[in-house]
Amino acid sequence: METTKTVKEPLFHLIKRNTQSAWRSVMVRAIAIFSGLLVGLIFAWAYTGTNPVLLLGYMFDGVFGNEIRIWSSLQDFALLLLVSVAVVPAFKMKFWNIGADGQTLMGCLASAMVIYYFHDSISNFVLILFMLVASVSFGIIWAVIPAIFKAKWNTNETLFTLMMNYIATQIVSFVLLCWFPSGQNDFPKFYRKYGNFPQLYNNYVFIILFAVILTVLMYFYLKSTKHGFEVALVGESENSAKYVGINVKKVIIRTLILSGAICGFTGFLLVSAKDHSITSTMVGGRGFTAIIVVWLAKFNPMYMALTSFMVVFLDKGTSQILSATQVTNKALPNIITAIVFFFIIGCEFFIVYMVKFRKKKSKSDDFMSGSGRLTEETQKEKE
Amino acid sequence: MISFLTQSIRMSSAFLFGSTGEIITEKSGHLNLGIPGVMCMGAIGGATGASIYISTLSDISQISPFLAILLPLLCSLLFSAFMGVLYSFLTVSLRANQNITGLALTTFGSGFATFLNTIINKNGFNEVSEIYLHLFGFYDKLGWFGELFFSYGIMVYLAIAVAICTSVILNKTKTGLKLRAVGENPATADAVGINVSRTRYLSTVIGSAIAGLGGLFYLFDMQNGSWPYTGPIESLGWLSIAIVIFSVWKPSISIFSSIVFGVLYRLPNFMSSAALNVKALLGALPYLITIIVLIFTSISGSKNVQPPASLGLNYFREDR
Repeated sequence: METTKTVKEPLFHLIKRNTQSAWRSVMVRAIAIFSGLLVGLIFAWAYTGTNPVLLLGYMFDGVFGNEIRIWSSLQDFALLLLVSVAVVPAFKMKFWNIGADGQTLMGCLASAMVIYYFHDSISNFVLILFMLVASVSFGIIWAVIPAIFKAKWNTNETLFTLMMNYIATQIVSFVLLCWFPSGQNDFPKFYRKYGNFPQLYNNYVFIILFAVILTVLMYFYLKSTKHGFEVALVGESENSAKYVGINVKKVIIRTLILSGAICGFTGFLLVSAKDHSITSTMVGGRGFTAIIVVWLAKFNPMYMALTSFMVVFLDKGTSQILSATQVTNKALPNIITAIVFFFIIGCEFFIVYMVKFRKKKSKSDDFMSGSGRLTEETQKEKE
Repeated sequence: MISFLTQSIRMSSAFLFGSTGEIITEKSGHLNLGIPGVMCMGAIGGATGASIYISTLSDISQISPFLAILLPLLCSLLFSAFMGVLYSFLTVSLRANQNITGLALTTFGSGFATFLNTIINKNGFNEVSEIYLHLFGFYDKLGWFGELFFSYGIMVYLAIAVAICTSVILNKTKTGLKLRAVGENPATADAVGINVSRTRYLSTVIGSAIAGLGGLFYLFDMQNGSWPYTGPIESLGWLSIAIVIFSVWKPSISIFSSIVFGVLYRLPNFMSSAALNVKALLGALPYLITIIVLIFTSISGSKNVQPPASLGLNYFREDR
């Protein structure tokens, strides 16, 4: 077998791993989070001049430092978890809903509108009930519009839902300007005493409780119900789903109704239990962060609790670095969070794939593969 | 009216840079949602370049127009190309999810831009911006004609030139054909011997570099050199992604759709007598129109207006 052309085996090639052991996945992710945090902290070290160990201490202090901080971290955690629970069924179905921000904001708007128009005409209990219904339906409407078009004409949902976010923001600005033409961008004090969700011990407990309950429910919905199975199958392969007789369109629309409903509910909680007000930025990008939370947790609601806690830890912790080191640069948390994200996003590769480097061929390998001989010939030529 | 049109056309180049860059990236099959972050980096890169250049001058009056344009431009390209490298390393080499990577890139870009903004010295940015504002000195002698066609800064003409070049390269050259093949069906492209990873790396990095110029333009032309915070730049980035759909993935159409979006974007400013709430509602118009176009292209199902077939999908040779 003579060839005039010398073929070189590539330096390395990729193989998909057949088995993905749970232990390995956990280790790879842990290493990624740790190294991401390390790089982020070294960056902060270079800027603030405080060593990374001390900075890590500040981060823990910011999250667990005192009772108020713990409660506030838990509240942030619960709200992020709620939005994540809302988007997880859509994502599992490979419906890239990046409009959770807008869906939640529309929920907020609905609650605020009910407060504004009905605060003096009905009792507080009915008002809250009315807010809940309105918020959930607004959330559903905002989520189901892209879903219908996706189901009917396969309209790109990523861009559709993204645009819906901005429209929601503008609508909220519009409504606020209609109410208060002077340009006030939130509720005046007068409205804040209406439509407040009852408190249990303090105003954090109910939000946290709802988040936990919905997470558990969503876990079982996805794991053990027929709906959950259908969602997973549509996500795996739309064609297979069709062939076993699942109505894919129905599943898409139904799932997005659920998604929007939970987003709307979160919006209701934001207005009635947390802010008692409305601004166009009150969702605070949670819809986007939730995507990362869900994706890191591999669409498992139980893991989502872990990942959303990690995100909140990063957020709260890095903010504490700012106040502890008296750095005025507000962008530091964003940079550190993004660096950690990059590491986690990148580490998935080492869970799914295996890198095989070109082996130095020994003589016994020679007869096994032709390319091996050719490689050796090239090497000799070089010498 | 002429001044409104001039302002809209001027504004449109931010969109044109962003959408041309994103079209190049998307044609190779990668949906880069990090464009808002890339634009922030482009802006801060330009600012860094200008800041370094000014610091070498003993006096601001010695500023050379050529270097004052070139150095920020190069730095801007460098910064945004770095974002492209980061994105393609994660999505092409490590096969990470493109949507997630893009969103993280946006967080990083806007964070890093805000961060650098507090560090760099912005003295003399006004003088640099003066140089960016008008390319032709004679425009005001030609009346409305001069104002409409010759009153812009160098970046506006550059944007149109880049868009035309991109259109020609994509549609008329072998390189463009290969790039489109990779975006439509990477497995087939691979089989005929096109290096899929290299094509995707190159198109993403070049696309990011071009998109970043939108940020540079916004800082030195539209904003007269005063840092606008990252919020407005980010919204320019999202709109650029919208314009890509609006132009059905064609840079030549993108020139006109960018002007349409420029008009829509400047409309609230133009209607100075309108109530604030009406202006807020008008602000939603660009997004609404994008959705309508998105719906129409998907309903029509015509082959000419569809996104690249493998848009958003990573390629792994051994996948079936």
